[in-house]
Formats: sequence, structure tokens, C-alpha cells
Amino acid sequence: MEITVTVNGEVHEASVEPRLLLVDFIRSRLGLTGTHIGCDTTSCGVCTVHLDGVPVKSCTMFAVQADGRSITTVEGLKSNGQLDPIQEAFKEAHGLQCGFCTPAMMLVGKALLADNPNPSEEDVRWAISGNLCRCTGYVNIVKSIQLAAETAAAS
Amino acid sequence: MYPKAFDYIVPGTKVEALEVLAERGSEVKVLAGGQSLIPMMKLRFADPGTLVDINRIPDMDAIEVANGHVRVQALARHNDIVRSEVVANENHAMASAAPWIADPLVRNLGTLCGSVAHHDPEGDWASVMLAAGAQVVAESRDDGERVIPIQDFLVDMFTTSLQPTELVTEVRVPTYSRGGGNYQKLERKIGDYATVGVATQLELANDGSIANAGIALTSVYAHNLKVAAAEDLLRGQQPTTELFEEAAQLAKDACDPTTDVRGSAEYKRHIVRVFTERSLAASLEIASSA
Repeated sequence: MEITVTVNGEVHEASVEPRLLLVDFIRSRLGLTGTHIGCDTTSCGVCTVHLDGVPVKSCTMFAVQADGRSITTVEGLKSNGQLDPIQEAFKEAHGLQCGFCTPAMMLVGKALLADNPNPSEEDVRWAISGNLCRCTGYVNIVKSIQLAAETAAAS
Repeated sequence: MYPKAFDYIVPGTKVEALEVLAERGSEVKVLAGGQSLIPMMKLRFADPGTLVDINRIPDMDAIEVANGHVRVQALARHNDIVRSEVVANENHAMASAAPWIADPLVRNLGTLCGSVAHHDPEGDWASVMLAAGAQVVAESRDDGERVIPIQDFLVDMFTTSLQPTELVTEVRVPTYSRGGGNYQKLERKIGDYATVGVATQLELANDGSIANAGIALTSVYAHNLKVAAAEDLLRGQQPTTELFEEAAQLAKDACDPTTDVRGSAEYKRHIVRVFTERSLAASLEIASSA
């Protein structure tokens, strides 16, 4: 099946089997390996991407479902060579250890702040509750998202 | 993990979708949110020959009050229900359950209608629908619309009375004037199945007595369990703590949980009793202030 998907602002046309998972389209066809595969069973959230701005698990969606729609992956966060404020905040507040969950955490954090620019700690913890981190205990991830919110409020 | 190959059809209208279902029937699965179906296909528990993706059908995502019901259409996502003012005002059991469905990312895609049609025996929505006395609306090309009471729709685990040619187009939940509802869910972590879930709904008469009661349990029986004995006990009575304790005991007696990784059967039965009391108290508080 022929599909046209906009990924990080770039239009991609591809011929895909209907059963091709969105995460594999992104990683194997487009070579964007910042979107990870963890559990492959809709639990861990490391495959998170934005679908028309809404975070979803790309292991639980077929690429054909994204036909005509717009995807943002972690590679699409930076613009004009500048890190996104959420990326700056994760760097500044050390919101990662091994880095495996980090792309998804930043995408979820960015979607939260678009919805709620001034989240409480509880709001942040709810927002990331579909994403697992096995290193940090979440403390610095929460701080990073809050720091991104503070930075945005101050600027 | 990859599902078996399948034909993928994307109808642009409901009529087209019903046409595919009429022609291909039992080999078809309907793809709405896909948050249960796709994992089952990847694990090869499900291998439909055809997927009908209804996501492109316009005007199928309403959550609104119509003809004395809250109607939730097939493409309304769990997170649409979380954010819905209609639900917040009109059905408190749904409003309190919605934030506990799956996890925030799954809620962005998954649907109430899909959840009910899938009928995972440990799904939360079916209990809420049983307590609220919902109806499922199914449509087919040849037989038109069928309105099915939820207790007739849910047959057994992963089994419903939906015909292979039918599409669930909406779920209807009756509105109430002086009522309240609540869902209590114990889960080990966000996104896990309930260890125990209890849904209740109460409607009060003018004299403050209980005009109607709904109680249903999640994850403590082979399927979602409506506790008719407890509902019958409550109906017509003045609500008191003692009455709720008695109803909770009946719920505890009715359930039949298994010991598993989420807890012992004894523990789960205890939680059923405690949650039923708490949930009824919460429902009463809302109903009393209406």
C-alpha cells in the first residue's frame, strides 16, 4: 500500500505492507533510530512519537494508519540547530542515565507543556505514567520537565 | 513481533464500513484505537484476514447528551472522556473511571466502544457500563440498528452478542437527575490490569431512598460481574452505612477471584468488600448533593 507520511516536517512516500508497524517504518525505513523498541507490547512507552501533536505508542499502530498524517520523533525536536527547551532541560537537570527512555520522556514532556504550561509535580508524574524508566527513579525526569516549564515561563 | 498479513481497508463512510462487514463478515476485525487488538494480533492471539480501519469516518467521535442518554460514539477516545464536561456532569462513574483506563498514551488512541466490544474480562469499562445500565448500539447493512442492553451484550470473556456483520457505533448511558457514581481501582502500576475494580451507581428518589442501584466488579470473576443481589438489596431502602456494609458483603460473596501475581484470592475478596463500601459512599455523596 502506498502511503504519504510527514515525519519531522519532511514528506515521505513509501510502499508498505499493511502489517508494518509504525515504529519499524520510522526506524528501519527512515533510519530514525531515536525512537526505540522496548517491550513491544504497549507497556514501556519508549516507542513514543507525536501523531499530529499527540503522543502515542508507535509499536501499537500500523504505518498505514499514519497515511496523510504528521509524525514528530525525537530527531524533530531541535530546530535550526538549536535544542528544544525540553532537551536543554533534560541536559541541565540530568534527566537521564542510560538514555533509553529519554526520547520518549522528552516527547511526552513536550506534549504535556503544550497542554499545561505550568504543571504540578503530580501532573508531570501522571503525564509520564505510561513511560517506564529503569534507571532514574523518575526524580530527575520530573525535575527536567518542570525546569522546561520554568524556563518557558521566564522567557 | 508481527501479526499475520491481512487486507487493510479504510472506508470513508459508515455505509462503506458496513458494506465491508456485510461482505466479509467473520474474517473482519474493526480497527478503532487498536490498543488491545494490535497487541493481540502481534501475539497471534488474533489473526483477522481483513482489518477495517474506521478512523477516517467523519462525525463518529461525539460525546453528548441525546434523548436521555450520554452517547459516546465509536471514535471517542478514553482521553476525550477524561476531558469531557458532559461526562463530568452527567455520569460520575464514567468520569471517575476514565483517568484509570490503561495509561495516558494508550488513552490517546483507545476507545470506550472498542473496549466494550473487545470484552477483555479484566477491562474496566464493562464494569462501569454494567453499573450504569448502558446500552450498546450496533449497526449492520442488512438489519440496520440494534440497541442491546449491556448485560445481554457481554456474553463471556472476549465474547459478545455482536454479530460479525455488525459495527458498534455508540454506547448509551442513561442520564439521571439525582444520582452519583464512582469507580474504585486497585492496580500495581499505571497501565496494569486492575487487581480489583468496583463500579457503583446510585439514583435517589425524592424521599432520599435509593431508587436504583448498580454494582459491578472487575478482575475478580471469569468476567465483569454485575452483583444483582446487592443491587436488589439497595433498591427502595434508605441509604445507611449499615446497608452499604451489607451490600458490600454480598459483593464479596458473589466474587470468585483467583490467586495470582496480583494477590491472593482472600486479599482480593477483602478489597471487593472495602471498595464496594467506599464506592457506594462516594456515589451517595455525589447523589445527595445533586
